[in-house]
Amino acid sequence: MGDLLARYDILGAFLMTIKISLAAGLLALVLGTLLAVFRLSPVPVLRAFGSTYVNLVRNTPLTLLVTFAQFGLLSLLNWHLANQSSPTSVADDNFRWGVLALGGYTAAFVCEALRSGVNTIPVGQAEAARSIGLTFTQTLREVVLPQAFRASIAPLGSTFIAMIKNSTVLSVIGVAEIAFLQSRIIDENADQLYTIMAIVALGFVILTLPLGMGATALSKRLAVKR
Amino acid sequence: MTIARKGAATAVATIAALSLAACGGGSSDSGSGGGGDKINVGIKFDQPGLGLKEGAKYTGFDVDVATYVAKEMGKTPNFVESVSSQRETLIKTGKVDYIVATYSMNDKRKAVIDFAGPYFVAGQDVLVKSDSTIASPEQMKGKKMCSVKGSTSATTFAEKFPGVQLQQYDTYSKCAEAVSTGAIDAMTTDDTILAGYASQSQYKGKLKVLGKPFSEENYGIGMKQGNKELCTKITAAVTKMISSGEWQKAVEKNLGPAGYKTPTAPTVPSTCE
Repeated sequence: MGDLLARYDILGAFLMTIKISLAAGLLALVLGTLLAVFRLSPVPVLRAFGSTYVNLVRNTPLTLLVTFAQFGLLSLLNWHLANQSSPTSVADDNFRWGVLALGGYTAAFVCEALRSGVNTIPVGQAEAARSIGLTFTQTLREVVLPQAFRASIAPLGSTFIAMIKNSTVLSVIGVAEIAFLQSRIIDENADQLYTIMAIVALGFVILTLPLGMGATALSKRLAVKR
Repeated sequence: MTIARKGAATAVATIAALSLAACGGGSSDSGSGGGGDKINVGIKFDQPGLGLKEGAKYTGFDVDVATYVAKEMGKTPNFVESVSSQRETLIKTGKVDYIVATYSMNDKRKAVIDFAGPYFVAGQDVLVKSDSTIASPEQMKGKKMCSVKGSTSATTFAEKFPGVQLQQYDTYSKCAEAVSTGAIDAMTTDDTILAGYASQSQYKGKLKVLGKPFSEENYGIGMKQGNKELCTKITAAVTKMISSGEWQKAVEKNLGPAGYKTPTAPTVPSTCE
């Protein structure tokens, strides 16, 4: 085991997994909140856009989205996200498209987690907010969303745990994260198959377990007392 | 096929009925006495020219070798897909009896499984578009090179010819597609695999192999450790295949269309370690 850790940059690969997760997680949170607002808004066009996006993206396999971004958008349409004269343009393009695909995919789930949180708030609160003269935006910002986020912490935690594990899908387009390194180590060290799998599994537990426990603790502490 | 079916039917009718579904199309078992005696053989399902499954048909050089070996043992091969990363596990768990799937013999693998062979010596090479200006691996500096994740080809290439940008996908087909559209400049792996892609109908005339191999890969037939009887049988079959000229024919049939020059057959050690 020590031999594997010395010969391969396993920590570096996990660092890449963390980098992907942070970037895609941030993107998913922002985009997901925006989508939730769209789906709750009184404007029919925005509602339609929100629900179309969620239903389309949520029901598409992530592998397909990632491959589509790579072949359809990057290879075929030449939509590069990285400076083409840079010596690492391929790796940068892969990383950025991968983060975009993973973040965009997770956003659909974040949107639904938030919407489930919104649904825990009695309609009377929004009505009361409107009747004291708050605008739609103010109602969302001051009354509904703060409570919705609190109620959504537990499902959001699950969503982000799933996202961290989903980051392994990016290995199909060659992002050098842990699943990518794993397949190389297995190919070169067939005799240590189970050790490698144990290391990777342990790494993921270290990444996701605190997140899940933190989300549970936080959701209890911040729960809206009614 | 009908004869194989009849043979099995006389043995045990129910088993014959069950095994019909698993009956490999590429097998011709008419000569042997064993009839429907099955042997599980691991091959690649996605490598044109070597091991390719199209519908219920199996084609390729590895398939021909696997079928020949099975026939020599009086058995019908039942093909099982063995992707690179799962080959050792398939053998160790007994899901397959032997594997013929561009399986390079190396010490790491020999520690967990046994090899018979080599039955073929390949070399790492480069595949480019036919109108590409790249003529040697040295010219790849600053260019984009494709290979498959988990394979050593990409890292070997980057070590030998630094300054190349690596793109790694999960399958060779994706690499071949990217090279043919021009999104990636070249792809690298064993010349046999490259030749297989260059001979595929949709890429014929569009892709070419440089023909300047810079490594040596000894393909062996992998099997469970310590099964000396099986190893001896396989070794004898491979030796016979080479000496009878069947080997030569199989290479020409499967890899010839890409302009792949048939190499001299490897000398198979007469004993198993």
